[in-house]
Amino acid sequence: MTTRAAVLRRRGALVPRAVGLWLPPLVFLGIFFFYPLYSILRLGLSPAQVAALLPEEWPTLWRPLRFTIWQATLSTLLTLVVGLPGAYLFARYRFPGKDLLRALTTIPFILPTVVAAAGFNALLGPRGWINLALMALFDLSKPPIPFLNTIWAILVAHVFYNTTIVLRIVGNAWAHLDPKLMQAARVLGASERRAFLHVTWPLLRPAILAASLLVFLFDFTSFGVILILGGPRYATLEVEIYIQALRMLNLPLAALLSVVQLLCTLALTIAYTRAAERVVVPVTPRAEEETMQTPRTRVERALVLGLIALLLALLVAPLVALAVRSVVQLEAARGHRGPVDYGVTLAFYRELFINRRESLFYVPPIMAIRNSLLYALATVVISVGLGLPTAIVLARRSRLGRVLDPLLMLPLGTSAVTLGLGFIVAFSHPPLNLRASPVLIPLAHSLVAFPFVVRTLQPALASIPPRLHEAAAVLGASPWRVWREVDLPIVARAAAVAAVFAFTVSMGEFGATALLARPEYPTIPIAIYRFLSQPGALNYGQAMAMATILMLVVGGSIVIIEKVRIPGVGEF
Amino acid sequence: MTRTRYMLLILFVAVLALAACQPAPPPTAAPTATPTPSGPRELTVMTHDSFEVSEEVIRQFEEANNVKVTFLKSGDTGSALNKAILSKDAPLADVFYGVDNTFLSRALDAGIFEPYASPMLDKIPDKFKMDPENRALPVDYGDVCLNYDKAYFQEHNLTIPQSLEDLTKPEYKGLLVVENPATSSPGLAFMLATVGHFGPDKFLDFWKALRDNETLVVDDWETAYFTHFSGSSGQGAYPLVVSYATSPAAEVYFASEPLEEPPTGSITAAETCFRQVEFVGILKGTKNRDLAEKFVDFMLDLPFQQDIPLQMWVFPVRPDAELPDVFVKFAEVPEQPAYVSPEDIAKHRDEWIKAWTEVMLR
Repeated sequence: MTTRAAVLRRRGALVPRAVGLWLPPLVFLGIFFFYPLYSILRLGLSPAQVAALLPEEWPTLWRPLRFTIWQATLSTLLTLVVGLPGAYLFARYRFPGKDLLRALTTIPFILPTVVAAAGFNALLGPRGWINLALMALFDLSKPPIPFLNTIWAILVAHVFYNTTIVLRIVGNAWAHLDPKLMQAARVLGASERRAFLHVTWPLLRPAILAASLLVFLFDFTSFGVILILGGPRYATLEVEIYIQALRMLNLPLAALLSVVQLLCTLALTIAYTRAAERVVVPVTPRAEEETMQTPRTRVERALVLGLIALLLALLVAPLVALAVRSVVQLEAARGHRGPVDYGVTLAFYRELFINRRESLFYVPPIMAIRNSLLYALATVVISVGLGLPTAIVLARRSRLGRVLDPLLMLPLGTSAVTLGLGFIVAFSHPPLNLRASPVLIPLAHSLVAFPFVVRTLQPALASIPPRLHEAAAVLGASPWRVWREVDLPIVARAAAVAAVFAFTVSMGEFGATALLARPEYPTIPIAIYRFLSQPGALNYGQAMAMATILMLVVGGSIVIIEKVRIPGVGEF
Repeated sequence: MTRTRYMLLILFVAVLALAACQPAPPPTAAPTATPTPSGPRELTVMTHDSFEVSEEVIRQFEEANNVKVTFLKSGDTGSALNKAILSKDAPLADVFYGVDNTFLSRALDAGIFEPYASPMLDKIPDKFKMDPENRALPVDYGDVCLNYDKAYFQEHNLTIPQSLEDLTKPEYKGLLVVENPATSSPGLAFMLATVGHFGPDKFLDFWKALRDNETLVVDDWETAYFTHFSGSSGQGAYPLVVSYATSPAAEVYFASEPLEEPPTGSITAAETCFRQVEFVGILKGTKNRDLAEKFVDFMLDLPFQQDIPLQMWVFPVRPDAELPDVFVKFAEVPEQPAYVSPEDIAKHRDEWIKAWTEVMLR
């Protein structure tokens, strides 16, 4: 028990420290987010222009806005429908191949859209396996499932990309819930359903809210999926901004659209902050060993198998399709609409190592992998380094935190096109003459990764009951020691999740990398796009081979990141 | 205490590792030494993503002029140009390559280029020179044309369409995939071909007919060609696509097994194609005007001109440049592409795209 006075004293001591913790992330966001954003919006927007634009361009604004909100809401709900049972699976059951499945479900997150589209095409396209099988089975003359260029392609792709967010954030929180609470409720006579609704659900809500917010923002600013899988009939705000800013050079309209997008993000994150405040219940987290079980009864086994099958079908099948496309050749049978003859080949992989045209921009695969890994590591260091202190102050719930919290999420909901142009305008002259410096790339990646890191760490930190700190402090531990012995073990697992997110955000990111591209520092996604920019079977095959390499590198790295344990710290 | 030391050690190693490695350039690239008074000077060339060149050719230029050339690839044709325009007060580069005749006027109006009458201009036919003040100098040209999947047309005993009008016939229903002119450079070129052929008042009627004939619109060339076109290796379902006249030659060159002839063909009938000419210019405000001039001369000189075909799959503007075999055999040049003047494009491009969007996508 601490006295009120002691608590107050501690609070007083915390104030300067809180400011110190806030400073690095705010300086980072100020320089690399708000300053370039301001630089570009200033070019395009004055109040008079907005007034002149609004009536005339109302449809250009309203149509994509309505569609953006609608598809993002639907996509987020569908992602939760798939992700929550999946999170339950990972949180409560042990089964063979679990680590592998977890790594596999993360890979979609990093796939460049062109490549994911190729995977979906091989599965669900007009001449994909499923349509060919159905045509053969029912003797149909036309492919029965239209997929590409439908709203379903957009929704399925969003689920494909973002389910991992729910799996990881909610799964991690669920894994550390004390099962005894549930058991106590059952002993006290609650039905399974009631125990879930009144015990598990409220405790999981912060994590679910955080995951939903991230998924929604990702869907909200969706660009590649809409362009490539949805087709030109569907335009989100982000797509419209791209068209207006980079094709039409209509900066005022692009700026107006960006501001609308920004305001929506802000409103959403403020709503989130309010909702999240009310639901955090500190509970002592449990070690995973206590909460996991192997499926025993027949029902449990069926449930586990069913969930694994669902995840495999939705998230892993397109990956497999891609990997298969990198080793088959179908030269001879092109042009036929019937079944295709396949020949297995490693020619595409061999070709990756040959600079056939002696091109200046030839990318040796090893270099692309090395560059991608370096950018990703730098992103992990920057975003976790900034995100951890931020999450710590946020978890303390000061008034300052309430105001600043929504600002932290803004980079995720901001148009990448706008921000990219902002980088060009802001950083090509003094005081920050970075030009197209390669340093900008991990910085841009960190902007996207930072909100992930904060949202992953903050619920974990907030769930630590204050009495643990107080007890440690009363026993004479220094604040640093309290943090090390109490917070760190609990937060270590969440930090690993955060690191995985930062890593994958950077590995798959294409927009900023392309925008600031220095061809002498190519990443794997850049190499993939380079192959796809010219016709020919070899180019297509090499793109698929490079994509397969990307999947292997990311899968392997995730397994390694998750195996890294801070020595001497027990895991929770 | 050991724990803390462990953690500090890990942190230290991580920081050290990051500090030690910089992103790696391909091994063959010259070492990127910081320029010292005696070392090479630096020249920066801003261009689009599709720019390609042989290492050998660039090295020759670098050695002859004691210069290190850095390329900034800045997105597709339209994006790269717009970035150059946005940064014109503090230019990111000395030279900009890759603005084409569909965007030329925007570049000239924005005033991003300095005039330069290269001595090489004498070797270039006048039909390619579109800026009398020589702010933008022609480098290469290529034709955006319909491509078809040979096997499909053979198998179905279909004749190959010979005019734009043919495309609206019922036998070609649901066979064509085109790119959105608002997001794609070949898409814009093909729309301009229809403007040139039918005229600005009538071309939308043609597109209405195409829409009713179940033409598929996608946003970019990659998706159209690799995902939807049946003649590529992507297993699409559409045997007609808007691509380039040189695409069949590229199919042969990049085949995974040696091919006698391309699996695809391009349609080069009168007024079905649109010619894109690409230009280079010296960016206003460059501090390396002398080097920039040399680089422009170099792009118009034979070694670079002859390197263009296999690198970028377009034709060099110089008629005396020798073409590679695969171009001579398989790359066709339409004799009579549809034509729209750069001034008309400048004046109406955005309005045509908007009207097209209303017809095809709403």
